[in-house]
Amino acid sequence: MEKTWNNKAWFLVLPVLVLVAFSAVIPLMTVVNYSVQDTFGNNVFFWAGTEWFEELLSSSRFWEAMVRNLIFSFIILAIEVPLGIFIALNMPKKGWGVPVCLVLMALPLLIPWNVVGTIWQVFGRNDIGLLGYYINALGIDYNYVQDPFDAWVTIIIMDVWHWTSLVVLLCYAGLVSIPDAFYQAAKIDGASRWAVFRYIQLPKMQRVLLIAVLLRFMDSFMIYTEPFVVTGGGPGNSTTFLSIDLVKTALGQFDLGPAAAMSLVYFLIILLLSWVFYTVMTNYDAER
Amino acid sequence: MNFDLSWMAWTWPTAAFFATILLLLCGMAVWEYASPGGNPRVGILRFETTRGDRLFLSLLGSAFIHLAWLGLVGPSLWWALALSVVYAIGVFRYV
Repeated sequence: MEKTWNNKAWFLVLPVLVLVAFSAVIPLMTVVNYSVQDTFGNNVFFWAGTEWFEELLSSSRFWEAMVRNLIFSFIILAIEVPLGIFIALNMPKKGWGVPVCLVLMALPLLIPWNVVGTIWQVFGRNDIGLLGYYINALGIDYNYVQDPFDAWVTIIIMDVWHWTSLVVLLCYAGLVSIPDAFYQAAKIDGASRWAVFRYIQLPKMQRVLLIAVLLRFMDSFMIYTEPFVVTGGGPGNSTTFLSIDLVKTALGQFDLGPAAAMSLVYFLIILLLSWVFYTVMTNYDAER
Repeated sequence: MNFDLSWMAWTWPTAAFFATILLLLCGMAVWEYASPGGNPRVGILRFETTRGDRLFLSLLGSAFIHLAWLGLVGPSLWWALALSVVYAIGVFRYV
């Protein structure tokens, strides 16, 4: 049958294009305009050229925040992806346990970021927080307000608690879509539990894992609200990630030009890393 | 109706920059119309790319070339621009 080519279908995507223009393209253009100028408010701008970019690229504060962000994203992915797969593999596939597990898994995802931050800020406190109080009662000196290591542990556990469910739900969706015939064939061949995982479940989960890794990487690389509420970027600058630094520059100091330059560099890095992730994973999929 | 765009803080250099991007996109659309299908091929990166992918790689790479030049050499970006053009030609030829 011959395919019908009808370009009128493009009009159907017009509303999305208009929405994207107003929510992304126009703000991005404005940020580019800001990044080469300086302002003292009142909509009056002065040409600054590439000054803010030069300042940013030679700023140790920026590079330190970047390294912190990359380490945080790496740790988050290294914990959440294997843990999410493990939980999804062990969730029931039929019976009354399915809706119970799905609802329990979905619960953390329904809690707003700032509420999650507040919960963990209180939870980790030495005086009134359940976690902080009992860890100290065990003889471990835990204080996320003063100790950078404790602050990192707290925000990592908080993120794992908040977002592993997303990986679980995506992996679970991939697992339940595998037809029984695959498992029956594996049983006939006498395949081990590991072989079933390696050659049936993991390849079938690959597409959803791609989405999970991309979403978690981008989210963790852009994380702001939760660490800001829990630690405020401290102690010192130990949990000051790029987004926190950006907000401090843009809103705290009202340095719109440097903040715009930082936003653009931040945007380019996310674009590059997301493209690398996407290309590597989709091409691995195509090779299989 | 008053189309006041002063809040966007437009300057001539940034307007020229976006006009260039728009022209590139229009050029790609005309190219696609003249030769549909996106010319997919496997280049030195060992995976399939279309000409849209190659434009994306050229623009993204050019942005990083300019940033690297600014950080390592200095504020005069004409050589960075020349290097970016050479890089883009390389991407369209070999990727």
